[in-house]
Parts: sequence; C-alpha cells; structure tokens
Amino acid sequence: MPTLPTEFGELELFADWSLETEAERYAKRLSSTMDELQSFYDTAFPRLEEAIEYLNKFDLNALPPDATRLLWLLYSLVNASFPVEVWRQPRVPDSGAASMDMLIEPAV
Amino acid sequence: MPHFAKPAEGSWTEQYPELGTGPVSYEDSISPEHYELERKAIFSRTWLNVGRVEQLPRAGSYFTKEIAAAGTSIIVVKGTDGEVRAFHNICRHRGNKLVWNDFPGEETSGTCRQFTCKYHGWRYGTDGELTFVQQESEFFNLDKGDYGLASVKLQTWQGFIFVNLNPENTTSLDEYLGEFGAELAGYPFDKMTEVYKYRANVGSNWKLFIDAFAEFYHAPILHAKQATADESRKLSEVGFEALAYKINGPHSMVSSWGGMSPPKDLDMVKPIERILRSGLFGPWDHPDIEGLDNLPPALNPAQHKAWGIDSFVFFPNFMLLVWEPGWYLTYHYWPTSYNTHIFEGTLYFVPAKNAEERLRQELAAVTFKEYALQDGNTLEATQTMLESRAVTLFPLNDQEILLRHLHTTAREHVADYEKSAATPVKISAAS
Repeated sequence: MPTLPTEFGELELFADWSLETEAERYAKRLSSTMDELQSFYDTAFPRLEEAIEYLNKFDLNALPPDATRLLWLLYSLVNASFPVEVWRQPRVPDSGAASMDMLIEPAV
Repeated sequence: MPHFAKPAEGSWTEQYPELGTGPVSYEDSISPEHYELERKAIFSRTWLNVGRVEQLPRAGSYFTKEIAAAGTSIIVVKGTDGEVRAFHNICRHRGNKLVWNDFPGEETSGTCRQFTCKYHGWRYGTDGELTFVQQESEFFNLDKGDYGLASVKLQTWQGFIFVNLNPENTTSLDEYLGEFGAELAGYPFDKMTEVYKYRANVGSNWKLFIDAFAEFYHAPILHAKQATADESRKLSEVGFEALAYKINGPHSMVSSWGGMSPPKDLDMVKPIERILRSGLFGPWDHPDIEGLDNLPPALNPAQHKAWGIDSFVFFPNFMLLVWEPGWYLTYHYWPTSYNTHIFEGTLYFVPAKNAEERLRQELAAVTFKEYALQDGNTLEATQTMLESRAVTLFPLNDQEILLRHLHTTAREHVADYEKSAATPVKISAAS
C-alpha cells in the first residue's frame, strides 16, 4: 500500500522518515547510522525540487494525506542534511549533553 | 585595519566611560548569594516579556508562565471584555496553584470560561473575580468581592506582553523600553505569526547565555564547521566586526552585516541551502507584506547596505533579533538557580503560502537548533570552569561591549536594591 504520491515511488523505501514532528525527526536522525542517513539523502535529495513543484500545486492547508507525508519526509531530509552535508556524524559536534526541544511548530 | 568605521572615541566601549575597559569578574554568575539578590532586585522588579498577544486569540484564552526567579507562577488571560490581564496563579482559599495540568510545575495554555480550583472547586472569572465558593454558607462573613485573584501589572508593547511583579512599580513599559522600544514601533511583528518555539534546560547562569548571543566574535570559530571549508577559512581570517553598537539605559543592541541572504556566491553555502534558498539568516526572499521597505529607525542604525541583523538585549532576559530578510527571533532566559536556566528561542515568520515557503522556514528553524546546541554546550563548560575560580579576571574586547554592559547593569540593579533595602533598617536603628 503506497503511502506517498505515486510519482515518488522510489521514496517508499524511506517512508519511515515521514514523521509529523521535529522531535520524531530529530530522534530518528540521532538513532540512524551515517550509512542510513546517507542512503536516505542520496535518494531523496535529487527529487527535492520536483517534490516541491508537486507540493506547490496544493493549498498548504488542504494537502491530501499522501502529499502531507511527502512534505513530512522532506522536513526529515532538511534535518538529515546536516549530518550528511556538514557533520559526517548524526549529532551536532561539541553538543555533548545539550538538548533542545521544539514545543511549538506549524500545524502542517 | 577595521572593515567598518568605529566611533570618534576610538572604540565602541570608550563611548561609555562608565563601562571601563579593564578585565572583568564573573563572580556575579557563579555566586548563589548574588543570584538570590538578583531575584529580588531584578526579576521581582523589572518588566518581563512573557509572550505575545497572538497566544490569546479569543476571549477566555490563557497561558501560564513559571517565573522561578521571582518565585511565582502567573496566569495571563484575555477576558470577555477583550482585555488581557495577569494574575498570580494561586487560589485565594488555601493557596493551591490554580491553573495546571498533570504536573504543577509545567506551563499550560488553553481557553476557558472560568478557572476552577482543583482542590475545593472555587471559581474565578477571566477578569479575576471570585464567582463561586463551594458551600459558601460554611464560611464566616465571606465577601467574594474581597477574594479575587491577586493581580499582576501587565502592559503590552507592539503585541509583546510584559508583566511587572513589583506592585509599587511606577515606570510604564514604554518608558522602561526607552528609545529602542519607541524606535522599533511599526515593524510588522503582527504579520509574523508562524511560530517555531524551542526550549532547553541550560547548565549555566542566565547572563552567560545572553553573553553568548550578545557577541558574534565567537561565530567564525565556534560555528566554523557550519560553513563550507573555504568560507569558514575566510570568516576566521577576517573575524567579526559589527556595523554598530548602541546602549540605551539598561538595554543594548548590536547591528551586524549578513552576507548569506542570499550569498554572493552559491558555492559559499550547503547544497540544501542552494535548493531551498534559505539558511541561518532565514529564507533569502522577503515575504510579500508591507512594512519591510520602510524600516523603523531603530533598525540598521549605521544605514549600511550590507545590513543583515539587529539584536536587541532588553534587560533583563529578553532578546529580540530582527533579520533583514523579514522575520524575527526572540530569546528568553528564565533562571532556575544561580547556575541553571531555561532558554527559549522562538522564530516568527509570515505564514507560508505553499510547501516551498514552509520548507524554507523549516531549514531556518533546523539550522537555528544546530547552532544553538553548540552554543548551549559551550556554556556548561564555561560555567563549570568559572566556578573553579582558578582564574577570576577576564579581558573583554570591543566587540564584546554588550557583555560588559549587561553585567554592569545587573550589578547596578543589585547595588541599588541593597541600598534601598538597607535604608529603612538604618532609620529604625537610629530612632
């Protein structure tokens, strides 16, 4: 049963990155290996522009469920871009015991 | 050779001789006794920002705010008459905390017609009046008019809600916010209602985190890895110089350039930033609203074309950062002990019109956290070593003028408080 728009079928392998909150996305990033992050990034990043074009056709506040899940997956890509593009590790270097929780974020 | 002009006095700091230029002590950030004085001298007496009017969209909307430094919790509520009021969060019957869910120490928010105490069911209107007493006839000559909620002074500025816990305070909020408050008026804060709010428990004195965000001298070094390698090398060679610093009474500001929105060269930024056109400085393209072309006079005081961001420190614990691309950020530092505090960082954008704009905001919000985590962890390391007192005096450079001013201002408040608290004792001893 596909969970994402059919045009983005190859992202189904990474459908578990379709997470609604920043807390869930950040937790998944921290519990992933660099190989997992890299493979998610390598698949999703090349589709980013097309996905934006696809999503822009909808009213942001009335997205169909599969488009919403695609958008959540792109939020995860944004989060995972830091380990892949910058840190070469899941955690922010030198952030040690520091943590920061998102209490409020937009509904969509 | 400076890249940006300094004032005629030769330095930003020497414009204000009272600040001095010598090494400073951070004893005010590591002493439990000093913190106890700050609680009374600062957090129980100055105007504190507790939120924005958009948090109270309709009659009966409320939120609570824990102000441990002043030893209280307050309720902020919009009444049926549309007026926003603040009350101490305490039932007049037996002192139970009136509004809370599950955990008494956690903040909450919602909408209600009245507040009902969980203990014995006393009820209060959103205007604070006591409206119902369980088994009222069992009491002795109880006049409900005498037992309304204890009110807290509240005023708003540009949609920001402030409270003052000193019942004898006579300084209006506008007067307190001074020149910066007056000259920021008119910025379209009310259009920027898309909110991303972070909270962190930080193991340092509250002033030390303000210190970290009130200077950008650290940015090219601590955050070096956040830029591409070439860019990072250039940034650390050049270092940081502000466009301007200003001090007004207890408040201060730093104005900075911001070459990243958009960057001169796309190779300066990360691949995802190139695609989304966003990053630490926010979405590169201005939102389509009025009020950004004609900025109020407090912003970009140097009138520099490379202007990127202004950071205002409103004493004691509220920072307001206005970014050139058209969004703003607030920081709050709520002390919980001499060496711990709760940090809140809140990003405000014009609501996204489509997925692309929303993703740009997401990137800005995620980038903010990556930076702030580095800042936060450094602080715990600083606090621990300052507490060793192995070294007690530390130099500050001209780009760190706001730190000098913050600590001086905080110490002055404590000294003034001690003086005023000491006076009546002397009089009674003499009589």
